[in-house]
Amino acid sequence: MVPITTLHYLVVAAALFVLGVIGVLTRRNVVIVLMSIELILNAVNLNLVAFSRMWGNLHGQLFAIFIVVDAAAEAAVGLGILIAFFRNRETINVDEIDLLKW
Amino acid sequence: MQSHILSIILFTPLVGALVLLFVPKENKGAIRWIANIFSLGGFLISLPLVPMFWAQRFEVTPTHFKFLEGTPNNWIPSIGAGYNLGIDGISFLLIMLTTLLGWISILSSWTAIEIRVKEYYVWFLVLQTGMLGVFMALDFFLFFVFWEAMLVPMYLLIGIWGGPRKLYAAIKFFLYTLLGSVLMLLGILFLYFHHHTVTGVFTFSIPELYKTAPLIPFHTAIWLFVAFFIGFAIKVPMFPFHTWLPDAHVEAPTAGSVILAGVLLKMGTYGFVRFSLPFFPAVVSHPRVQSWMIGLSLVGIIYGALVSLMQKDMKKLVAYSSVSHLGFCTLGIFTLNSMGLTGSVLQQINHGISTGALFLIVGILYERRHTREIAEYGGISNVMPLYATITMIMFLSSMGLPLLNGFVGEFTILQGAFTANWKWAAWAAPGVVLAAAYLLWLYQRVFFGTVTNPKNEKLHDLTPREILTFVPLIIMALWIGVYPKPFFQILEQPVNQIVQTIHDNSNANAPVNAQVAPAPAPQALAVVGPKVVGTNVAGPKASN
Amino acid sequence: MFFLNHIWLIPLFPAFGAAMMFFFGRRLQKATVNAVCVGAVVFAFLFACFTVVEYTHFAHGTGHPFEKIVYTWLGSGDAHLSFLKKDGTTAQFNADAGFLLDPLSSIWLLFVTGVGMLIHIYSVGYMAHEGGYYRFFGYMNLFMFSMLTLILANNYMLLFVGWEGVGLCSYLLIGFYFHRKSASDAANKAFIVNRIGDAGFILGALTLSWYLGSFRFTDINTLARSGHFAIGDPVLTAAALLLFVGACGKSAQLPLYVWLPDAMEGPTPVSALIHAATMVTAGVYMVARSNAVFVLAPTAMKTVAIIGALTAVFAASIGLVQNDIKRVLAYSTVSQLGYMFLALGVGAFAAGVFHVFTHAFFKALLFLGSGSVIHAMSGEQDMRNMGNLRGRIPTTFKTMFIATLAIAGIPPLAGFFSKDEILWQAWRSADGGFPYLWLIGFGTALMTAFYMARLIFLTFYGQPRMSHEVEHHIHESPKSMTGPLVVLAICSVCAGWLGVPASLGGTNAFGKFLEPVFAREVAASVAPAEPQEPAGEEHRGLEWTLMLLSVGAAVVGGGWAYGHYANAGKDYPEPIAVKAPPLYTVLYNKWFVDEAYDYAFTGRRKIGKIRLGAMGAGEASSWFDAKIIDGAVNDVGWVTRAVATLSTWWDKWIIDGVGVNGPAILARMISYPARLFEWGLVQWYALVMVAGLLGFGVYYVWK
Repeated sequence: MVPITTLHYLVVAAALFVLGVIGVLTRRNVVIVLMSIELILNAVNLNLVAFSRMWGNLHGQLFAIFIVVDAAAEAAVGLGILIAFFRNRETINVDEIDLLKW
Repeated sequence: MQSHILSIILFTPLVGALVLLFVPKENKGAIRWIANIFSLGGFLISLPLVPMFWAQRFEVTPTHFKFLEGTPNNWIPSIGAGYNLGIDGISFLLIMLTTLLGWISILSSWTAIEIRVKEYYVWFLVLQTGMLGVFMALDFFLFFVFWEAMLVPMYLLIGIWGGPRKLYAAIKFFLYTLLGSVLMLLGILFLYFHHHTVTGVFTFSIPELYKTAPLIPFHTAIWLFVAFFIGFAIKVPMFPFHTWLPDAHVEAPTAGSVILAGVLLKMGTYGFVRFSLPFFPAVVSHPRVQSWMIGLSLVGIIYGALVSLMQKDMKKLVAYSSVSHLGFCTLGIFTLNSMGLTGSVLQQINHGISTGALFLIVGILYERRHTREIAEYGGISNVMPLYATITMIMFLSSMGLPLLNGFVGEFTILQGAFTANWKWAAWAAPGVVLAAAYLLWLYQRVFFGTVTNPKNEKLHDLTPREILTFVPLIIMALWIGVYPKPFFQILEQPVNQIVQTIHDNSNANAPVNAQVAPAPAPQALAVVGPKVVGTNVAGPKASN
Repeated sequence: MFFLNHIWLIPLFPAFGAAMMFFFGRRLQKATVNAVCVGAVVFAFLFACFTVVEYTHFAHGTGHPFEKIVYTWLGSGDAHLSFLKKDGTTAQFNADAGFLLDPLSSIWLLFVTGVGMLIHIYSVGYMAHEGGYYRFFGYMNLFMFSMLTLILANNYMLLFVGWEGVGLCSYLLIGFYFHRKSASDAANKAFIVNRIGDAGFILGALTLSWYLGSFRFTDINTLARSGHFAIGDPVLTAAALLLFVGACGKSAQLPLYVWLPDAMEGPTPVSALIHAATMVTAGVYMVARSNAVFVLAPTAMKTVAIIGALTAVFAASIGLVQNDIKRVLAYSTVSQLGYMFLALGVGAFAAGVFHVFTHAFFKALLFLGSGSVIHAMSGEQDMRNMGNLRGRIPTTFKTMFIATLAIAGIPPLAGFFSKDEILWQAWRSADGGFPYLWLIGFGTALMTAFYMARLIFLTFYGQPRMSHEVEHHIHESPKSMTGPLVVLAICSVCAGWLGVPASLGGTNAFGKFLEPVFAREVAASVAPAEPQEPAGEEHRGLEWTLMLLSVGAAVVGGGWAYGHYANAGKDYPEPIAVKAPPLYTVLYNKWFVDEAYDYAFTGRRKIGKIRLGAMGAGEASSWFDAKIIDGAVNDVGWVTRAVATLSTWWDKWIIDGVGVNGPAILARMISYPARLFEWGLVQWYALVMVAGLLGFGVYYVWK
C-alpha cells in the first residue's frame, strides 16, 4: 500500500478548492455560488488540518475552527443579502445583479 | 499727573472715540456734543503742558526730551519696542497745534456732516490720537504704529465724506503715502539691526538710535537717507511728490482738509527734523545732497505759487499754496543752521494756523453754495462783511505781512538761508511776491466788486460757531506776529542741539560725540555702554 | 524826558483809533468816529511836537540819536539763537521793537503827523456823504500807525513792519470803492508791485545783517563809518542796491512806478496823504537813513541818481498830456520823487530831505485842492470838462495857485529853495561829471512848470466846458476842507524859508539840523562828493546863474501853458497832439509801459496764443503738474493695474488652471476609459481576481 502523506490531503483540498472556484465563477444561481464559497472555505480547512498534522501542533486546527465560524457567519450574511435582493428583484440569477457599475 | 500728562493728552481723543461707539447713531445731536466736548477737552487738557514746559524750556536732560514716560523696550521686550513718550520744544509746539486744530476742525464740522455722523467723529478722534502719538513717540515702533494709524482714518474721511472724486483722491492719498511709509520702515529696520551690530542690543528707542546712527558709513547712510527722505518728502509734500495733495485736499471735507493741511503735512517736516537730520548728519551736510534738498524746496516754493496763481478752484489754489509754504519750511530745514531750523518749525506752526484758517474759509462758502469755483462768486464782501474781514486777516497772515505770524517764520527762514548761501534766499524771495499775487487776486475775484451771481445774494454771514472756529487762529496769528519771543525761546534748545549734532558729525566717520548742550552748563550725561539701553534720567527740575 | 521815554505811544494813538473802528466802528455815529480817529491823529501830532522839542533839548544840536527799546520782537532775547556772519563770526539774531529819534526822523515825524492831521480834518468834510465812513477812518488811522512805526523804527525789521503796513493800508484805501473793478485792480497792482520792492528790501536788509551782524541803524552806522570798509565794497554795494529796489517800489521810481498813477482810484484824501506826502516818501527816508551804507557804495549812489533823474523826466513827460486832474498830480509826484532820489544819489541827502519836506506841503495841497475841485464838480475829474472855476471856488483856486507856484519853483515859495538846492548839488557833484543830471533836472523843471500851469489854466481859466447840471452845483467846499487848504498854502509859502542857502544869505537851518545824520566820520577815505561844504565866492555866481535858469524855465513853461490853455474852449487843441501826433499818442498811453508789463511780466495779455509772465508760467506749471507729474503718478497706477491684470490672468489660467485644475482634469480623463471595466457583475470580478492570482502563481513558478 502507498502511505497516505500530507500531499494527498493537499491534493484533495486543492481539487475541492478548484471545484469551488469554478462553481463561484460559473454558476448562475446565487445559492449555488454561496455553496461553492463554502466549498472553498472547507477546502482551506482541510488544508489547514493537514498541515496541523504535519507540524504536530494544533495551530492549523485552531485556525480551521476560526474559519468554520467565519464561514457560518458569512453564509448567514450572504443569505440575508440574497433575500433582501430577491425581495426587490424577484430573481436570484447572478447575471442580473449588476447595478454597481458606471 | 504730571508724569503722565503726555499719555493723558494722547489718549483723551481715543477715549472719546470709544465713548462715541456706545451712542446710538440716530442721536446725531448727542454725538456732536460728545465729540466736541472730547476734542475741546483734549485741547484744554493739553493747556497745562504750556506752563509746565515753559518752566523747563532751557533745562538740559540727557536725552534732550522732557516729560519722559516709559522706558525703552518696556512694551515688547523681545523685539525691543517700548512705550516711550517724550517731547522737546519742537514737538511741544506741534502738539499744541494739533490739539488746537483738532478741536477747531471738529467744531467746524457741526453742520457740514449729515450722513454717518457717528463714524465720522469716531474716525476723527482716532486720527487725533494718531497724530499726537507721532509727535510724542520716542520709540520707532510706536512711532510707526501711530504713523500708519493716521492713514486709515484720513482715507476714510476723504473716501466717505468727500467730494465728487473722493474715491480716487482717497486711494491715491493712501497708496502714495503708504509707499513712502514702507520705504521708511525699511530704513527703520536697517537702523534697528545696525544698532544691534554696534551695541548688541535690539531696540527701537530713538534716543538710543541717535547714538549709533551717525556711525553708519556714508555710502550706506545715503541710501537710508533716501529711504527716509521719500517717506517724508511724500508727506510734506515736496516737489515732485506733491500731486496727491491737490486731489486729497479738494475732495476732503472741510475739517479733513484743515487737519490734513494743518497737522498731517507737518509730519513730513517733523520727520526731517527729528530723524533725517540727527540720524544722517554726514549725508545731510554733504554739499550735493544739501543742494538737491534746497533745490527741490525752491522749486516747490516758486512752482507751487505759480500753479496756485492759475487755479480756478479755490480749494486747489489753497492746496498748492501749501506746497509753496512748505517749500519754505523744507528750505529752512536744509539750511542746517539754527535760524533756518527755528524759522522752519515756527513756520510750520504758522502754516498750520493760517492755512487751517484758509481751508475753513473756503469751507464756509462751500457749505453755503456747494461750489468751489471762483467764477461762481464775486462781491461777497457786500453780503458777508465779517467773513470778508476775517478772510483778509488770514490772507495777510498767509502772505507774510509783518505783525502777523507768517512774516516771522518766513523772515527767519530767509535769514537762515541767506547766511548759508545768499543765492538760496534770493531765489526764495520771489515766492513772497507770488503769494501776494495769487491771494489778492483770489480775494478780488471772490470778495470785491458787486454781487454778480444772483445765487450769492442771500448768503448769510458767519454764525457764532463759525466765528468761534476762527477766533483762536486769529489770536495765535497776532500773538506770534507781535510777540514771538516765547516761541523762539522754546525752540532754542532743541534747534541748537540738532545743529550741534550735525556740526559734530558733518565729516563722515567722525566719532559720535556725547550730545552737547548749548551754552548753559551741561548735566552729567549718561554713559552709553553696550548693554545699557537708555535711562530715564531727567534734569533736576523735570517731572519725576 | 517824559515824551521821549514814551515815544512808543505816538504810533499807538492811531492804532487805538484803528482798533476802535475795527471792533465798534459799525455802530458808531459819524461824530464819534471823528472824535476818535481825527482826535487820535491830532493827539499824535501834539505829542510829536512835544517829543521833538524834548529831543532838541536832549541832543543839544549834536544830533545824537535817542533810542528806546521796548521789547525784543524777533529773537529769543538771549544770545543763543545766532547766525554766521560773512566773516565767520556769530552774531545774535535779534530785531527789537525799538524806537529811534534823531533829526531825520524828527522832521518826518512832524510833517507826517502834521499833514496827516490836516488831511484827516479835510476827510471829515470830503467823506461826509460817502458810505463806509468808519472803515475809511479806520484804515487811515492804521496807515498813520504804520507810517509812524516806519519812521520811528530803530532797525530795518521794525521799519519793514511799517513799510509793509503802509503798503497794506495803501491797498485797502486804493480799493476803498471796491465795487469798482478798476479800484480793486489798482489796489492789487499797488500791493504786488510794492511787494517786488519789498523782496529787494528784505534781501538788502539780510545782506547788511549778514555782513555787519545787526539790523539796528546805530550799529550799522557805527560800523560803516568806522573806516573798516573800503569805498566801493561789493557787499555793501549789493546791499545798497537791494535796499534801493525796495525804495523804487515804495517810492514809485522806474521801473516800479506803475502802481502810483492807478492808485488815484482811491478817495482823494488817500491820494494826498499816502501817495503824495507820506508813504511814497518812505523810500527816500529809508535811503537817507541808510546813508552811511550808500556813501560807501558809489556805484549804488550813481544808480540812485540816474534812476531818480530818469524817473523825473519820464513821469513829467507823461504828465504833459494827461486829462484826469489826479493823474497829472500822480505823475507829478513820481517826477518829484525822482528829484528827491536824484538828490540822494549825488550825495545831497539834506537837499533831498528838504525837498521831501516842502513837497509834502504843496503836493498835499494840490491833491486836497483837486479833491475840492472834484467835490465842487460833482465828481468830475476830467479837465477837459472843467474850466473857469476860479471865480466859483476862490479859496480852492487861490491855494492851488500858490501850490503850483511852489512846485514850479518860483521864489520865494518853498519849492524854489528845495528844488534849486537839488539842481545845484546835481551840477557840482562828483568831479563835474554830473551836469547831465542837472540838464535832466532842468528839463524836468521846465516840463513841471508847463503841466502844472496847464492844470491850473484848464481847471480854473478858460471857458466853462462842463454840463449845465454840474455847473449849477458848483460850490466852495466846507470849512473842514478849505481850512487845511489854507494851512497848507501857508506852509507852502513859508516852509522853504527854513532852508535858505548861504548863497542867498540864509542860514540853511534845515541843512544844519540834519548835518549830524549825514556826517561822515570817515578817517581815511574821503567821499568823492562833499556837498555840505559851503560854497566859496566863485561858486556863488554859478549858483545864481543856475537859479536864474531854473526860475526862467519855470516862467517860460508857465507862459507856454498860458498861451495854449488859458482860453481853452470846448474842444481845445493839445499843442503836442497838433505838432507831433505820434509823440502825443505815446505820451498819452504812458509810453505803453503798462501794456508791456502785461505782456511780459504779469501775463494778463497774451501774445497771440502764448501767455508770458507770471500767469503764463502759472498756466504752464499747472499743465505740467496735471499732465506730466500727476500723469506720471496716474501712469504708475495704470502700470500697477496692468500688472495686476496680468497677474490675475496668470493666476486664473496658469496657476489655477494648469496647476490645480489640471491634475483634476487629467484624473477625470483617465477615469473615462477606466470606468469601462466596471460592469457590476460579481462573478466577473471574481474571475479577474482568480486570473490575477493565477498570474502571480505562474510568475512565481517560472521565477
